[in-house]
Amino acid sequence: MTALLFRGGRVIDPLHGIDRVADVLIDGVVRQIGTGIDAPGARVVDVAGCIVVPGFVDLHTHLREPGYEQKGTIATETEAALRGGFTTICAMPNTSPAPDSASVLRSLLETIARDARIRVLPIGCVTRGRAGKELAELSELADAGCVAFSDDGSPVADARLMRNALAFTGAIGLPLSEHCDNPTLNGGGVMHEGRISERLGLSGQPTAAEVSAIARNIELAEATGAHLHIAHVTTARSVELVAEAKARGLHVTAEVTPSHLFLTEDAVFGTGREAAYDTNAKINPPLRTEADRKALLRGLEAGIINAIATDHAPHAIEDKLCEFDEAAFGISCIETAAATVFTLVARGELSLATALRALTSGPVEAFALRSRVPGIGALTPGVSADLVVVDPSLAWTVDTAAFASKGKNSPLNGVELTGQVRHVVFQGELAHSLELANA
Amino acid sequence: MLEVSNSDAISTATNLQWHAKDLLDTDTLTPEEIELVLTTAEAMHEVRSRPVGKVATLRGATVVTLFYEQSTRTRASFEVAAKALGADVVNLTASGSSVEKGESLIDTIRTLEAIGADVVVMRHGKSGAPYLAARHTSASVINGGDGTHAHPTQALLDLFTMRRHVGSLEGKKVVIVGDVLHSRVARSNLWTLMAAGASVTLCGPATLLPHTLAGQGEHGRCDVTTNFDKALEGADIVMALRIQKERQNSGLIPSLREYIRGYQLNARRLQIANPGALVMHPGPMNEGIEIAPDIAHGLGSVIEEQVTNGVAVRMALLYLITTARAR
Repeated sequence: MTALLFRGGRVIDPLHGIDRVADVLIDGVVRQIGTGIDAPGARVVDVAGCIVVPGFVDLHTHLREPGYEQKGTIATETEAALRGGFTTICAMPNTSPAPDSASVLRSLLETIARDARIRVLPIGCVTRGRAGKELAELSELADAGCVAFSDDGSPVADARLMRNALAFTGAIGLPLSEHCDNPTLNGGGVMHEGRISERLGLSGQPTAAEVSAIARNIELAEATGAHLHIAHVTTARSVELVAEAKARGLHVTAEVTPSHLFLTEDAVFGTGREAAYDTNAKINPPLRTEADRKALLRGLEAGIINAIATDHAPHAIEDKLCEFDEAAFGISCIETAAATVFTLVARGELSLATALRALTSGPVEAFALRSRVPGIGALTPGVSADLVVVDPSLAWTVDTAAFASKGKNSPLNGVELTGQVRHVVFQGELAHSLELANA
Repeated sequence: MLEVSNSDAISTATNLQWHAKDLLDTDTLTPEEIELVLTTAEAMHEVRSRPVGKVATLRGATVVTLFYEQSTRTRASFEVAAKALGADVVNLTASGSSVEKGESLIDTIRTLEAIGADVVVMRHGKSGAPYLAARHTSASVINGGDGTHAHPTQALLDLFTMRRHVGSLEGKKVVIVGDVLHSRVARSNLWTLMAAGASVTLCGPATLLPHTLAGQGEHGRCDVTTNFDKALEGADIVMALRIQKERQNSGLIPSLREYIRGYQLNARRLQIANPGALVMHPGPMNEGIEIAPDIAHGLGSVIEEQVTNGVAVRMALLYLITTARAR
């Protein structure tokens, strides 16, 4: 293995509070961080003007395999994640079969070991078949290696079942990541209920459907002492509820998607009337208002929201090329996630420190991943290196046709973003590089 | 293939030309474009009043009506309009077509284009479906009603009818009452009426109102209220909308009885409006529910005239869109 020397980048490690221009020498592990490092035989990569940070960690990714390989596979979607700067992702369990038993989870881990380009940590189901009726065998799933529990897009609607689930997951000591939604209030809405839904004649999901579910689940987390992780918060009130729960000392964490930080309900309306009903902007929970978007950015800045998680949701062409009501929910965004975040930084809407924390140490702490993967989300000398090099000022135009992901479903196609992932090191090896072909 | 003879039977007083390939909603129309439609419709109305009532202006053009939902007046009106202009008409409904075999909307619309359709008039149960269709065909798409979104030709025929009775809509008060939230007619009417400078009041039970549409526009304005009696004060035109019985099952209204109590357009309520106020309804009516029979067929009612005018307005739109294609 050839050693790698990244020369002259701005090295930032949110966990250790490092932020300085330095060289980074890697030979399987992070060997040295310092100035003027001389390493004979090492491959030298000039990264002046770039940011060198720990590899990004995603708490919420959809890999589609097994069961929906036409939308994505572990091979294609982990390659997409790698190009997006992610070296660790947590795989959501909305596959077929869903990992609701140890045997399905073990089979998934075998495919991951064979096909994944990066580290994939599976999330197990809360209920059997994600049906919200009976609890899955949670402790066996935990022993088989899941890092959290979730029924993903199917909220645990039954309040008593949710309380029982939290009692078990609390005892096991793993987070329960919940898509907080009240299905009877949501009423099958296909976008945010408000100005644009009323304009376009589409059924809307009211803000209260998310907020009331968060309030209920926070109460149940308090009653059980369990760790509740709130997936993709999207409203201003959601942020306030999380803040209050944290202030009261509850074990509540939260994530926000780059899509909700970057886009609003207006994306469904499209840029021109010809582009109206853009199914690529159909996502669950839906894109909200500008006031909500601003509140999410403030909540992230204040540390109320722990992590930026992609909710990367690749779909096949036909899943989106249809009537808006019929289209699948979700955005393929893992290849653009970091760039949208860096664009927000470039616009002055988000601080660089917060952005990097939310992509590295933030998610690691939210799911307590360091106990499972030593050194993850940080640059620690002597520890296996996951690292990403980003040019924060390089502008590029999104071309979904060039995505490694099978999902080309992005409302950002043709949009110019600022900030590009240049190199990614995974476990000490240069796994992706825009400049160094045959890397 | 398409031959548009510039018949002297149709002359319009304006120099403005139609440019848009499709008519998907009224919200993108300028006041000048609306004027062009109405002026052309006047000429068509004159054609319809002749003994034969037909011209050969669109000879060689193929108009397809593609209806995924049931319809009496819109489909028949378009067919009569197209035939009155000499176009060939093909009528397709979802039942009995390849839609039943699961053919996608895009494939269907491309098939129609390949067959030689110049204009596809489309009725669909899903909001936005004509936008999807229009993006994937070079044929012109006319929205004949999509889900709970828009019904632009209805709005234009309503405006045409209003204009023939009250003249300019500038400063006139129009009350639209009923299930406004789920009404494609109300929404499209709102845009044309606001462009015409009217003051529109959308009225109905709180659960059936699009509260965010209220506001001042460039020309007209929109108010939203649950108080029908108050809304009727100073009204020049009252349009009642069809209330669907399913709204009761989904909890949006307590009962039809309760709806009638608050929102039926009846003789007592019509007294509140300005004397001689026009009574309109896009049809089909539930007489005795959203509108009392004596009012539906009373002196101020122009409901049947709306249907008649629909042919002239649809002729105008087919003419303008097809001529623009030939240019």
